[in-house]
Amino acid sequence: MKADPRGVLAGVHFLDGDQACAEGALAAGCRFAAGYPITPSTEIVERFAQRVPLLGGMFLQMEDELAASIAIQGAVWAGAKAFTVTSGPGFSLMMEHIGYAAMTETPCVIVDVQRGGPSTGLPTLPAQGDMQQARWGSHGDYEIIALAPNSPQECFDLTIEAFNLAEQYRTPVLVMMDEIVGHMTERVVIPPADQIEIVPRRYTTKPPADYRPFAPEADLVPAMARAGQGYRFHITGLTHDERGYPTTNVAAHDRLVRRLVAKIRNDATRLTRVEEHFLEDAEVIVLAYGITSRVALRAVQMARARGIAAGLLRPILIWPFPEARLRQLASRAGLSGILVAEINLGQIVREVERCVGGRVPVRLAGHAGGSVHHPQELFETIVEMAQAVEIER
Amino acid sequence: MHSEAKPAEGAAEATTSTRSRRPRGTIVLKPERCKGCGFCIAFCPPKVLAFSAEFNALGYHPPELIRPEGCTGCDLCGLYCPDFAIYGVMLKDSTTPPADAARAEETT
Amino acid sequence: MSTEVYLPPNPVEALLRTDRMPHIWCPGCGIGTTMNCFARALQQARLDLDKVVIVSGIGCSGRVAGYANLDSFHTTHGRAIPFATGLKLANPELTVVVYSGDGDLIAIGGNHFIHAARRNVDLKVICVNNFIYGMTGGQVGPTTPATALTSTTPYGCPEQPFNLPYLAESAGAVYVARWTAYHVRQITHSMVEMFRKRGFCFLEILSPCPTLYQRRNRLGDGLEAMKYYKEASVTRHGAPTKEVAISFQGPILVGKFVDIERPTYLELLNQQLARTLEAQYTGCIEDHVRS
Repeated sequence: MKADPRGVLAGVHFLDGDQACAEGALAAGCRFAAGYPITPSTEIVERFAQRVPLLGGMFLQMEDELAASIAIQGAVWAGAKAFTVTSGPGFSLMMEHIGYAAMTETPCVIVDVQRGGPSTGLPTLPAQGDMQQARWGSHGDYEIIALAPNSPQECFDLTIEAFNLAEQYRTPVLVMMDEIVGHMTERVVIPPADQIEIVPRRYTTKPPADYRPFAPEADLVPAMARAGQGYRFHITGLTHDERGYPTTNVAAHDRLVRRLVAKIRNDATRLTRVEEHFLEDAEVIVLAYGITSRVALRAVQMARARGIAAGLLRPILIWPFPEARLRQLASRAGLSGILVAEINLGQIVREVERCVGGRVPVRLAGHAGGSVHHPQELFETIVEMAQAVEIER
Repeated sequence: MHSEAKPAEGAAEATTSTRSRRPRGTIVLKPERCKGCGFCIAFCPPKVLAFSAEFNALGYHPPELIRPEGCTGCDLCGLYCPDFAIYGVMLKDSTTPPADAARAEETT
Repeated sequence: MSTEVYLPPNPVEALLRTDRMPHIWCPGCGIGTTMNCFARALQQARLDLDKVVIVSGIGCSGRVAGYANLDSFHTTHGRAIPFATGLKLANPELTVVVYSGDGDLIAIGGNHFIHAARRNVDLKVICVNNFIYGMTGGQVGPTTPATALTSTTPYGCPEQPFNLPYLAESAGAVYVARWTAYHVRQITHSMVEMFRKRGFCFLEILSPCPTLYQRRNRLGDGLEAMKYYKEASVTRHGAPTKEVAISFQGPILVGKFVDIERPTYLELLNQQLARTLEAQYTGCIEDHVRS
């Protein structure tokens, strides 16, 4: 299905990442947002609140992030596409409802414009410290989808992608921006509506008598009903059977949780979205995402100019992690190490180490937050890693 | 003991004998749902209910209609019963089913 | 001939997921009683049940949603109201009922309660107040009367409880009533009035918790609680809500306290947008959702 042209501001624009994200949501057909103000994400809903009444939608400013992250789910069950946006402290408050959305298979989008933490931290400065929280933040077992844009253009593109993935898998999808990507202004090209592919909601075609709200289809995702259509369905965060009824049966719990995980995990390879630079002959691979990938690319280019075979791997879709691709790269002859650059003190690097399994050295270029890495610093680490191998040889 | 869709005995008698006092209503029980709270017995305006001697599967004594002729079918028992195990009906409304009776029965 | 006697079904059956009976509530608990009233009120108000949605939070009363044969949502603890807010605003043709307990709505969900009342979101909020956290084993709650014993105030509750009608009115509710589980006809009547009214409506129903509140305070069983409600209740419609606070085993003022008119959130939003945007404004989210 193509995008509704009313929501698509086609043309070439000069937007910051937050604004582009709002435009992405509108282009994706989102007509309901609820939020609570928090730096550096607020500009997203400010733009949304400006634009959406003209499209027959609404923004509702709630009393806190707990309310915002559940109000959007009410709107979804009424038939709307909905999202909320926040930053670290609010993201922490939203964890319960990420779990509720995962459990009740409520398609929705949550944008986290990351800032320095822990706690109130650095409200106006960047970090990438919520990456593992994005993966594991709500209690219990579930699988999640998270995207990490590195430019305003991608804030637009990946927000649409997030809505599409949410509908396809009936899951909450997280857009993990950061303060710099959110606040940097660049050229953003918004294509015409007929070039934007939209995944519609998977509504059941069955009559109410035959409908079982959590009976999965072939791809493990059940078809939805919406309130007010006579389906008389029950939705609960308790462990439930295919009718949606609560159960404490261990086998039913096992079946449900395994399905919630498998519907996404089984598709991890299909979900892989990476950007690769100079990987054909790379001896040192730098893995970086979000804003850090731009600094890392500069460092890789500096290394190449010095004759060092460095390359960049950028996960665009970060959860599920591009495990298969990384394993493939790590098992290649001639690779001397992987350098993970991220604005935290070691989060995605743990995932890289797990995937690589000791086959090549993995090194972290961590940063506690507040700014990006300096390309020089990453360049020097790349040189060190390349030299260490030279010496060994 | 009376169960769903089977009227209390007094009601049946009433249709065959016009000489005895005609009950104005009766109750219908789903005894297997009863948890024996006694609300229906305590708050029945004409006091026509009492605990029966029998146990249900949950181990409670469901109520029984001890004075069928006194039941007015006011349905206060139906409003009070927290377990949806009893309700009252007025017999004057009940001898002729409404047009959608069949449909209504399906929902029970 | 008994077979010719037609007996209409129990009005509550149409509202129940009968395949989930018997329910989990204790003998003598009043939550089921309130559901009888709810069923009869829906019937009396002649609402299309396909357009009635019930939203609950967590706790004993939170289980109402799971037993009601409606589109029903058992949400997270305290968050029934913001979920219901999203639901109602995204599809205003729905009648959205929030049915939950005192701990859920007023303690963990207290912030949402006051803000939804302030905005006058068109929600019918039914609070079953049993003075205690039942599902978790009888802990002190925001409505536990001072001096009452609970598992976490074993020497008596030192706190002043919320006076819920006063709270609701102060926050902006357009309809506020209180009854006890004893007042089944009055509850039904109030529910019908709520269904017919637009805006944030609040009904508090005092209800027995025989297993935890009654027993720990040596107040007998559920029936004893109902008898207390019967004897201690004084109906005073229009009583100033400030004066309807509840004390331990004290008198209970019941009645309809507030019934005023005030535009709902959606009405005000539509007005505001139409006034500001003029011809550019083509309507609220409803049309979009329906398309």
